Amino acid sequence: MAFADMIWVFIKVSIVVSVLLLHVSYVVYFERKVIGHMQARLGPMRVGWHGLLQPIADAIKLFFKEDIMPSQADKPIFYIAPLIGVLAAIGSVAVIPMWDGFSIANLNIGLLYILALSSVGSYAIILAGWASNSKYSFLGGLRSAAQVISYEIAMGLSLVGIMLMSGSANLTDIVNAQSNYWFIFTQPVACFVFIVAAIAETNRVPFDMPEAETELVAGYATEYSGIRFGLFFMAEYAGMFIMSALVAICFLGGWDGPDIWPLTLVPGFVWFIVKVYGFIFFYFWIRATLPRYRYDQLMSLGWKLFIPLALANIVFTALMKLIWN
Amino acid sequence: MSLQQMFFMYFAIAMTGLSLLIVTRKNPVHSVLMMLLLFVHIAGLYLFLNAEFMAAIQIIVYAGAIMVLFLFVIMLLNLRSEETVAKYQKQWPVSVGIGVVLAASLVIILSKITVIPQLGEYSIEAIQAEGSLMTVGKVLYTQYLLPFEIASIILLVAIIGAVVLAKKRIQ
Repeated sequence: MAFADMIWVFIKVSIVVSVLLLHVSYVVYFERKVIGHMQARLGPMRVGWHGLLQPIADAIKLFFKEDIMPSQADKPIFYIAPLIGVLAAIGSVAVIPMWDGFSIANLNIGLLYILALSSVGSYAIILAGWASNSKYSFLGGLRSAAQVISYEIAMGLSLVGIMLMSGSANLTDIVNAQSNYWFIFTQPVACFVFIVAAIAETNRVPFDMPEAETELVAGYATEYSGIRFGLFFMAEYAGMFIMSALVAICFLGGWDGPDIWPLTLVPGFVWFIVKVYGFIFFYFWIRATLPRYRYDQLMSLGWKLFIPLALANIVFTALMKLIWN
Repeated sequence: MSLQQMFFMYFAIAMTGLSLLIVTRKNPVHSVLMMLLLFVHIAGLYLFLNAEFMAAIQIIVYAGAIMVLFLFVIMLLNLRSEETVAKYQKQWPVSVGIGVVLAASLVIILSKITVIPQLGEYSIEAIQAEGSLMTVGKVLYTQYLLPFEIASIILLVAIIGAVVLAKKRIQ
């Protein structure tokens, strides 16, 4: 690779990572504001105009808090666990095409790469739960292990429909395959399964069993403090960004906007961001609306409804493709 | 040494070292973590061989599903009391003997290998032109369809067996 190419890749990486980290801190603010207004509150108001500097204050606080370690904890694993989570989440961003031709790595197996990294990311929670040597953390870790295995299958199977439709696992090709119609119209079942599995995969309400605060204090993160707790937070919100970006790319046409005259002037990047944040808003909306599921309900939902649905969707899509070609 | 050889040396040494670490750790959870690292290295080696699809599947299946199940079982068993069991059991001379024989046969086999200069149909260029996902799929569903289906049936038998075992316990 030429030297200029390497510099260009380096610039791209620094842009994407810094934007992602800023996104993580401000999406927390966005969430608090949105949920606040949904519950007829104002949300953060004190720090800066309408609380705009609240994320900065939170980040500074997290950085300077003491890093406490339980006395009987498994030291190396306790330290490494949050790092695994953050690295897996940030690594996934490398293959996401923000607009035509802009992605750090345009892999042929982009979709599989994201699935692989999200399964590595689940180790962070399991290991954190085990290494803390606390009952609440441990229960949170075990719940997460079972939940992630179950929903990962449904998620992977729902994406097979997309791969069948576009004939590729490359995210740029998937977006290009949607130039006529978005896959949400041809693959509604896959879209539904993917969205539910994505919520379970990122441990968000109503599937936030691993950190259910009414049952498990804070689940796997109970014993963590300071910046290590912050890293778990970062991994969760970065994971939300990646799942939202996947929904935008696989089902909503990525950077593709409506083909009407004044709107064609808007750059594709804006459409992508609008779709991603629209879906993140949907995440918050669900959180403010639905109560938490019970654990056995979550499991039977995953195995008895979503996996068969996704399998049926694959068979149906393959049949349709066979008939039409 | 070329860059490629350096990469390969790194992977070879790291994988051997990690394998040793897996069997010498006292704590089973540490062993599982080392095994996770080993799988990541194997995936790296696949990438190095231009087998992107294999690399991704290696991580998704082994690291993502099988190792999580290992971890799950180890945690449920709570093996901490087992840590005090002696590392070397009575049968260690037999184990060493078998190990030496296997290592010797590996050395003999490797010394007999002659490299065939001509390449097959699937050269690196041919795979890159089509994408490794497409190539694997085509070969698997045409040339090796029968072995593939046999493997599926074996897995189906295992699934049915698991269902039967689970059903028995309820009654």
